Amino acid sequence: MSTRLANHGRLIDRSATLGFTFNGKAMIGHPGDTLASALLANDQLMIGRSFKYHRPRGLVASGAEEPNALVGLGSGARFEPNQRATTTELFDGLEAISQNHWPSLEFDIGAVNTYLSRFLPAGFYYKMFMYPRGFWKHVYEPFIRQSAGLGKVPTERDSDTYEHFYAFTDVLVIGGGVAGLQAAKSAAQSGARVLVLEQTAHWGGRAPVDGGSVGGAPVEEFVAALLDELGAMENVTLRSRTMAAGVYDHGYVLGYERLTDHAPTQPGPRHRLWRIRAAQVISATGAIERPLSFAGNDVPGVMLAGAMRDYAVNFGVAPGKRIIVATNNDDAYRTAITLRQAGLDVLRILDARDTGGGALMNEARALGIRIDCGRAIGKVSGGKRVHKVQICAQNGQGGALEAVECDAVAMSGGWSPVVHLWSHCGGKLLWDEAQAHFRPDPQRPPTGAGGKGFVTTAGSASGALSLAGVLRDANEAGKSAAQAAGFKPKRTRTPQAEDATEAPLEPVWLMPREAGVRLRAKTWLDYQNDVKVTDVQLAAREGYESVEHTKRYTTLGMATDQGKLSNINGLATLSQALGAAIPAVGTTTFRPPYTPISMGAIAGEARGAVFQPLRRTPMHGWHAEHGAEWEPVGQWRRPYAYPRTGESVHDAVNREVRNTRQAVGLLDASTLGKLIVKGPDAGRFLDMLYTNMMSTLKPGRCRYGLMCSENGFLIDDGVVARLDEDTFLCHTTTGGAERIHAHMEEWLQTEWWDWKVFVANVTEQYAQVAVVGPKARQLLEKLGGMDLGAEALPFMGWSEGRIGEFDARVFRISFSGELSFEIAVPASQGLAFWSALLAAGHALGVMPYGTEALHVMRAEKGFIMIGDETDGTVIPQDLGLDWAISKKKDDYLGKRAQARSHMTDPERWKLVGLETTDGSVLPDGAYAIGPGVNANGQSNTQGRVTSTYFSPTLNKGIAMGLVLHGPDRMGEVLEFPGTEGNTFHARIVDPVFFDKDGEKQNA
Amino acid sequence: MLILNCPYCGVDADETELAAGGEAHLKRHGPGSSDDEFHGYLFARKNPRGVHFERWRHAHGCGKWFHAARDTVTLEVFGTYPAQTEGPPKPILAAIEARRPGWTLD
Repeated sequence: MSTRLANHGRLIDRSATLGFTFNGKAMIGHPGDTLASALLANDQLMIGRSFKYHRPRGLVASGAEEPNALVGLGSGARFEPNQRATTTELFDGLEAISQNHWPSLEFDIGAVNTYLSRFLPAGFYYKMFMYPRGFWKHVYEPFIRQSAGLGKVPTERDSDTYEHFYAFTDVLVIGGGVAGLQAAKSAAQSGARVLVLEQTAHWGGRAPVDGGSVGGAPVEEFVAALLDELGAMENVTLRSRTMAAGVYDHGYVLGYERLTDHAPTQPGPRHRLWRIRAAQVISATGAIERPLSFAGNDVPGVMLAGAMRDYAVNFGVAPGKRIIVATNNDDAYRTAITLRQAGLDVLRILDARDTGGGALMNEARALGIRIDCGRAIGKVSGGKRVHKVQICAQNGQGGALEAVECDAVAMSGGWSPVVHLWSHCGGKLLWDEAQAHFRPDPQRPPTGAGGKGFVTTAGSASGALSLAGVLRDANEAGKSAAQAAGFKPKRTRTPQAEDATEAPLEPVWLMPREAGVRLRAKTWLDYQNDVKVTDVQLAAREGYESVEHTKRYTTLGMATDQGKLSNINGLATLSQALGAAIPAVGTTTFRPPYTPISMGAIAGEARGAVFQPLRRTPMHGWHAEHGAEWEPVGQWRRPYAYPRTGESVHDAVNREVRNTRQAVGLLDASTLGKLIVKGPDAGRFLDMLYTNMMSTLKPGRCRYGLMCSENGFLIDDGVVARLDEDTFLCHTTTGGAERIHAHMEEWLQTEWWDWKVFVANVTEQYAQVAVVGPKARQLLEKLGGMDLGAEALPFMGWSEGRIGEFDARVFRISFSGELSFEIAVPASQGLAFWSALLAAGHALGVMPYGTEALHVMRAEKGFIMIGDETDGTVIPQDLGLDWAISKKKDDYLGKRAQARSHMTDPERWKLVGLETTDGSVLPDGAYAIGPGVNANGQSNTQGRVTSTYFSPTLNKGIAMGLVLHGPDRMGEVLEFPGTEGNTFHARIVDPVFFDKDGEKQNA
Repeated sequence: MLILNCPYCGVDADETELAAGGEAHLKRHGPGSSDDEFHGYLFARKNPRGVHFERWRHAHGCGKWFHAARDTVTLEVFGTYPAQTEGPPKPILAAIEARRPGWTLD
């Protein structure tokens, strides 16, 4: 059984206890424990079930590389799935639940998959679910959806807060192990600003566990002294519990600080996302041990040798009492020695090398541990924990020489540098034959803006695996990074470390070497995604030569651990199956983040009300007080309608339309974009931007204009008023002001830079109110002031003057077909003007109306709306707007494109009005079906609905749509299938449903 | 997350301040151009591994468009320059040639 040891445990405080629960069961741990070590201390060896076969799984590792021990943490608004037990610090009251099982961890129905595993090989999904075709939707997909996914999705809104933090530094050191600290010191001695990030709560990394001495003193003392020194340096910042998640272009690095995960009652943000700019980055991220590939290497109790040593030394726990160690290198002997010294039974060290190890082997032998060289694990037996190990010759097929009962297995396949952060931004790797791993190629670093490398590696991240080598490499890395950042490094001596000389490692990619298929089919490469040696070999047989393709076919390395343990073993297996050298097969791409980071940290403060800025018109508060139902338009909120007590929104819209058509309505039109275009070349410029002629517009007059992109598609529309000879005021759509302003600037700056034109966006300088309806003039005359008579200010004219107390610019333009005055006043006077209009119009029955009434009225008049009738593929000609396209101009943006063959195709769908035969309202976006079917067996289409409303004026549904040969098919009835199995029948009609001659607007 | 120097306001701008505008030095083809010329202008863009001239706008800064010459693989920036030009200026070409011997503008 796994248990707390009587001794060891350098990180835990045995004098205090913490209570926590696992699957509701109360357990006890100590301050300093991780959830993983505390679970081991409570004999909870099995922590979850695997993704595909639901096999029992326990801890394999002790840190960020752990693939199995994923749990759901917390509850309610603080529940979070897929959290690694190994990186979760224990606190009092922690609640954890296991994942991926039903009905319980101990008894799981899905485990039947393990017996079906020979029917679930690599590529199973691709092969199985192709046929019969109809099964996908009704049988396969629902089944897969039910069984897919790891962990549960939180159901409540996250109650924690998060923040972003910006930092700038000369040298960023990633990793606070002995290498990172030494590199930080040698860099900081040059005077450079140094920031050190360490993902755990502790400094020194593996060194205090692995042992050795520096300058005659234990390495732990060396680390403590180094920390003191760095702490005293003003140019050094040390941050623990902060992981560097990714290294990006030009020295940009994302850090992920976990502030309160270990102390959830502490106030303040939970996570902090560090957005760091560093001149130089030192990646001192250490190395990760590789598992050995033998049958049953996933049974709970089989653990990486280094991890087992971590648990013993750091936390005083062990996964078992009778342990077998399997290795191909000397480092695992340290584990055997540590465990023996802790009083545990190390039954056997199986060293795959015929000649065994070096000094450490002798030390182990001296402790009385039996060492078998040239031996391997043939198979580990056991269900929910290790029960027995069959021992065989490494150079063989797995014929058992002996079976030994035990309760834990420590394995070591050698160590691989953590090259992720080096690789994120393009650092290249080389294959180190002797140590059988990929390590950073110092000649090919990721490069920065100056074309030089900006990442250096230090310590075992460089491939240095001895303490002396680590310190030497780190000291140099610190100096060279400081120099590259523009500082002069100090001449200092590397601290001299003493550690055991090790015998060479022997690569072992399969144990035993000639293992038969029955063993290989139980030999796991990727624990989290349940990929076995046989899966990768199958992929190779089926023609997958590229490691990237094999990864996707088998899902090797695609789980949340991104293959930290499985990558090298997987590609070694692939290279052997292909008969190619490992470096020729290569690695898959390393992508950020190094380990998953919370969505909350990514969002930071940008949530709720501050997710996006909210733009308010001067009358916004009035609308809110008067019950406006809001519609988001761009970053604005516009009143959709003003429902009265007891009135539905739909009824309110109908009332607002009727009142505007019969009396007078007010619309807050302040959100319309207002761009001033000024200069001697302003007319010429607008002739290029609009499809129609703007330069001929007379001061005092307005003209409706269309704007297209260079590829011919309609992007915006609006009324242009000429203010004086060289000044135009261009109105844009509400959402379009910034976009069209940028569009104008782009052409002015990059194409016609010698034209004398300035553009200014004055949208927010004015409040604009549309006074609309047969009584509009009457209302304005009540306020008194300028002459607004039909002769003084005819339709499509504008003039300036005073209305009542207000400085006003009045445009006689109409988007409703009614007599209409759009009046701009300085923004500061907007609310007062709005209120004055309401007061003056009270007796006339004035009412405000919202955007939906605006939409209904424009549709009744057959006016198009950008975003309804247009979708980025529609040209003005499709909408029957040929009248607004100048035939006289040589050029305008989009003119050449509109002459392309597809644009002049008579088969393009064109705008028409649509009227259902029974007066009902067509569904928005519905398609008109045509004769026959397409290649996929779906009905052909011949048109679609672009706008559809109930018209209170006409008391029936009206719509606009784009229809094949539409304008030539007036009176024809089309069929529009609905979504409920019903069909609508609609007649093609003129899109102008109301006052076609414009008598009302011209009044 | 590139950093580019805005040649107008002089700021070393983080990519979050900038808006990318695609290939630089396109020659506009309008009415009267052939289908091939217009197609080339509107749709055919270079996507080189190596030296590239790009348009950028200091969108959340001074609002000006400028050009950058950079290596799309190594992320090396050879220089930035105002957009009011039909081709890369001489000092930029010299900077590229110094770092990429044998490179020629096509």
